[in-house]
Amino acid sequence: MEKGKGVMGSGRRWAVDFSDNSTAPFSRDIPNPLGFTRASVDQDDSTVSRQKKDAESNWKAQKAWEVAQAPFKNLLMMGFMMWMAGNTVHLFSIGITFSALWQPISALQGVGKVFEPYKDSKVELLGPKLLFIALYLGGLALGVWKLNTLGLLPTHASDWVSSLPPAQEVEYSGGGIPL
Amino acid sequence: MAIRSFFVPFLLFGLYFYSSLSPVLSLYEDQVGLMDWHQQYIGKVKQAVFSTQKTGRRRVIVSTEENVIASLDLRHGEIFWRHLLGSDDVIDGIDIGLGKYVITLSSGGSILRSWNLPDGQMVWESYLQGPKHSKSFLLVPTNLKIEKDSVIVVFSNGRLHAVSCIDGEVLWKKDFEAESFEVQQVIKPPGSDLIYVVGFAASSQFEMYQINGRNGELLKHESTTFSSGFLGEVSLVSSETVVALDSTGSILLTISFQNGEISFQQTPISNLYEHFSGPAIIIPSSVPGIFAIKTNAITIFIRVIGEGMLEVAEKTNHETAISDSLPLSEGQQAFALIQHAGSEIHLAVKLAHDWDGNLLKESIKMNQQRGLVHKVFINNYIRTDKSHGFRVLIVMEDHSLLLLQQGTIVWSREDGLASIIDVTTSELPVERDGVSVAKVEHNLFEWLKGHMLKLKGTLMLASPEDVALIQSMRLKSSEKSKMTRDHNGFRKLLIVLTRAGKLFALHTGDGHIVWSHLLRSLHKSEPCQSPIGLNLYQWQVPHHHAMDENPSVLVVSRCGPSSDAPGVLSFIDTYTGNELSSLSLAHAVAQVIPLPYTDSTEQRLHLLIDSDKHAHLYPKTSEALSIFKREFSNIYWYSVEGHNGIIKGHALKYECTGKVADEFCFDTRELWSVVFPSESEKIIATVTRKLNEVVHTQAKVIADQDVMYKYISKNLLFVVTVAPKGCGEIGSVTPEESWLVAYLIDTVTGRILHRVTHHGAQGPVHAVFSENWVVYHYFNLRAHRYELSVIELYDQSRADNKDVWKLVLGKHNLTSPISLFSRPEVITKSQSYFFTHSVKAIAVTSTAKGITSKQLLIGTIGDQVLALDKRFLDPRRSVNPTQAEKEEGIIPLTDSLPIIPQSYVTHALRVEGLRGIITVPAKLESTTLVFAHGVDLFFTQLAPSRTYDSLTEDFNYALLLITIVALVAAIFVTWRLSERKELQEKWR
Repeated sequence: MEKGKGVMGSGRRWAVDFSDNSTAPFSRDIPNPLGFTRASVDQDDSTVSRQKKDAESNWKAQKAWEVAQAPFKNLLMMGFMMWMAGNTVHLFSIGITFSALWQPISALQGVGKVFEPYKDSKVELLGPKLLFIALYLGGLALGVWKLNTLGLLPTHASDWVSSLPPAQEVEYSGGGIPL
Repeated sequence: MAIRSFFVPFLLFGLYFYSSLSPVLSLYEDQVGLMDWHQQYIGKVKQAVFSTQKTGRRRVIVSTEENVIASLDLRHGEIFWRHLLGSDDVIDGIDIGLGKYVITLSSGGSILRSWNLPDGQMVWESYLQGPKHSKSFLLVPTNLKIEKDSVIVVFSNGRLHAVSCIDGEVLWKKDFEAESFEVQQVIKPPGSDLIYVVGFAASSQFEMYQINGRNGELLKHESTTFSSGFLGEVSLVSSETVVALDSTGSILLTISFQNGEISFQQTPISNLYEHFSGPAIIIPSSVPGIFAIKTNAITIFIRVIGEGMLEVAEKTNHETAISDSLPLSEGQQAFALIQHAGSEIHLAVKLAHDWDGNLLKESIKMNQQRGLVHKVFINNYIRTDKSHGFRVLIVMEDHSLLLLQQGTIVWSREDGLASIIDVTTSELPVERDGVSVAKVEHNLFEWLKGHMLKLKGTLMLASPEDVALIQSMRLKSSEKSKMTRDHNGFRKLLIVLTRAGKLFALHTGDGHIVWSHLLRSLHKSEPCQSPIGLNLYQWQVPHHHAMDENPSVLVVSRCGPSSDAPGVLSFIDTYTGNELSSLSLAHAVAQVIPLPYTDSTEQRLHLLIDSDKHAHLYPKTSEALSIFKREFSNIYWYSVEGHNGIIKGHALKYECTGKVADEFCFDTRELWSVVFPSESEKIIATVTRKLNEVVHTQAKVIADQDVMYKYISKNLLFVVTVAPKGCGEIGSVTPEESWLVAYLIDTVTGRILHRVTHHGAQGPVHAVFSENWVVYHYFNLRAHRYELSVIELYDQSRADNKDVWKLVLGKHNLTSPISLFSRPEVITKSQSYFFTHSVKAIAVTSTAKGITSKQLLIGTIGDQVLALDKRFLDPRRSVNPTQAEKEEGIIPLTDSLPIIPQSYVTHALRVEGLRGIITVPAKLESTTLVFAHGVDLFFTQLAPSRTYDSLTEDFNYALLLITIVALVAAIFVTWRLSERKELQEKWR
């Protein structure tokens, strides 16, 4: 950019303005030719663009649904991985489980961003978003379920009593064989 | 793809993690001596014989009260070889035969052995039987020969034996069957083949037998009656004269049996010493022409001149010790005499016939903490100018052995440490400005040198000499023997009470003696004739408040062997070894009960029970009393009366009535008693939990997340009884006649929680009690093998606490205080396993918080300490454990316990005469300190679940450091490179 600026700074000789002024209102300087009504052109134009827009929004909606369904594959993959990892606690299974937990959480945080490109006033994004969220929540549930099968969730009594100190005894007794 | 690359390092790491979890806890060769130390002792020397032959001139053979025969180096006092005989094989006499055999007589004179002098190999062994029990004598005459065979003369069990020195064959024997004959001396006069056996019969008759040494033929038998009888021993003053005391201890009898004729000569002691009062005793010695008697702290040396005439040579009220005579050249006999004078001892070497002249007179400064000289042994050597030099071996009151030569102590051995009675530990001082640690610190150059060497070692550039140097540096690391507390709690003081009444403080780092103190209260004194040290207790362990106080220990001792002798308490500062105070008690000490309460200066309250079952509270302060009064109704005590098979429980009643109106004295009343039928059961072992044991949790999580609640009580007593017939040795009864019953008794209420009978089992029983389990070892007569059994106790009444929400919200009463009078529902699980070894002691590892898994430490018959995982003694083991149980770590059941050679804690060493194993927690949770004592001492650190909370000793710090440095350098270099590249990009 700086290079360009430097060159420009040395002085401009000539310039051609290619800007299309066709749509600009010339109403003041130059009258419209006979038989030409700007409005009709405008109308024509708008129908084309509307068609275009409709196609785009359709496409966007379709895309959004696709994006929303994408985690399903992921979910299946994750399930397969979990099944592969087995039910014993070791680094592999813990890693898989935590990635299974982390992926949905990070994805859910970025729901807005994922659907940013498909944002349109006419596109109904709630459905895809809900599906997306539901799928990832499903993934999260899968992760939690896995965590539970690994025994890492404190859902058993043993998890709450394992460091319980022994109860104090009121009485004390000592003695033994005489010295 | 991304997922795979993410998990590969995890997988590798996991594999590494698994491989590092191998179950064997062994030691590399170069790690020996880093954490552990081993010290060899022999015990109090009973008899010492100097080797005179050229090959073994620099050696002395000793026999000790710990039943050790050892050959010591006279130059440094090191042990050449050593044998420990069994405790039922007491050594009666030792001598050297033919200059190359060590002859020992043991087991009341029934076993005669010959050992090779240079290496201590046994040459032969003979069993000598006889008609009756008697004193035993061992003579190795130099000039008695039967058919070119050198002869050993042994009198034992009422029979005189002549034994060949070469092969131990009995050449002839002669019985002395006269019913009342008590042998007093066996004499072999030099220059003849005659043997005299003299003794008393029917307490008033003096008997003399003259025997032909060549064939055992009785030549002459004479006896004379002396109406007033004899007292004690006789002293030999010449080869044909003995001196004895009459039964009143006031008349000296000179008995001469020259040419087979017995003649008496009576001399009242008052003729020799006008202030004589009270009975005298003869000090046993064998110096020709001289003997010593002792009366009221005065020692009198008496010379025998001519025909039984006696003359006082010297009177002294100093403590004195005299050696046996040592033949010098030309028929001269020398002996050594040692007298105490203040902080010095005077050594005099005299000729037997010349009392007034001294061959040698020296004064040697003696450490007061060694006490009196108990025994003296003299040896001579020829100096370069052909004159005689003398060296003297002395045995002190604290059982130490010293060699004196040329007025100095050449070496000393602390052999009191071979007979340890009790052990406790103490922390070292905290590192502060005032505490001097500079002594052990290196100077800067040494420090740098050491680090250079280490670096060389890690970079594998070190030469073999360097490696040796590094190893010695590791072993002698000053860090180990610092006199201050360390962060991990590895450095501590082992406070040790020995049988001699001496207290030692040993440093756990390298085993050196920090201080030693001969207890004044254990000295013989007027009110306390024969004091015996009993036990050690931790009196004051300052930690939170009262940090400025030094910790102290309580030594409980007793005047005399009877249980109603008055007790003595001494309080010793463990930093300095000073006796802070000592109390002579008016009452006896039958039991000492440390209470779980301390006062504001962290002094622990102790309850002493006397023989009349009164309880006395110590320390006697009002504060202690107020603390005690608060807990008064909750304190109970129990007594185990082994002789009549009764266990009694008592409660405290009110203040003592009667003779001593003392507010610290309390009467007690009997609450309950458990009486074992004397015709079928006899108590042989009782075990309780260690008072200071820490238990981390009351719950045990088993397979499938289930919980079992342990029954953890400090007030449990494990008692083992056996059939009275089965008290003897193993194999003395048939399996049908012998049984063993194990009880678990609540000592507050007397409730028997569990009882199990092992039919066909026999003692001895060794047991250890920890947390909620007890492990015991006994002999199974049916299987002809030893067994280890485990009993675990679980509390069924708590088993319903399984509602997670209640536990989450804390709405449970699992930790609220419980009373033992509420009925517990205890269930037990037990299992038995065969075990190969017979056992001398069992202990269990203990850690600071009780989280680390436990190991049993088993002192085997081979005097080694074996570490056995408690997991092997889990009553939930089964032949085919389920998957969940396997995950929990349950080992499939096998009928016998495995002995993994690598799990010997003592690795290649032996703790001769192993008696006890003590475990002390270090501050680091994973580590426990183990001290095993017997005749030898052994100390080491153990980590039953490996050192999971610290890097191991062999962790490669250098590699880590190098990696970090290399990474930092790489980062720096790549950063510069990228910077440069970017700049070039920009210029393009």
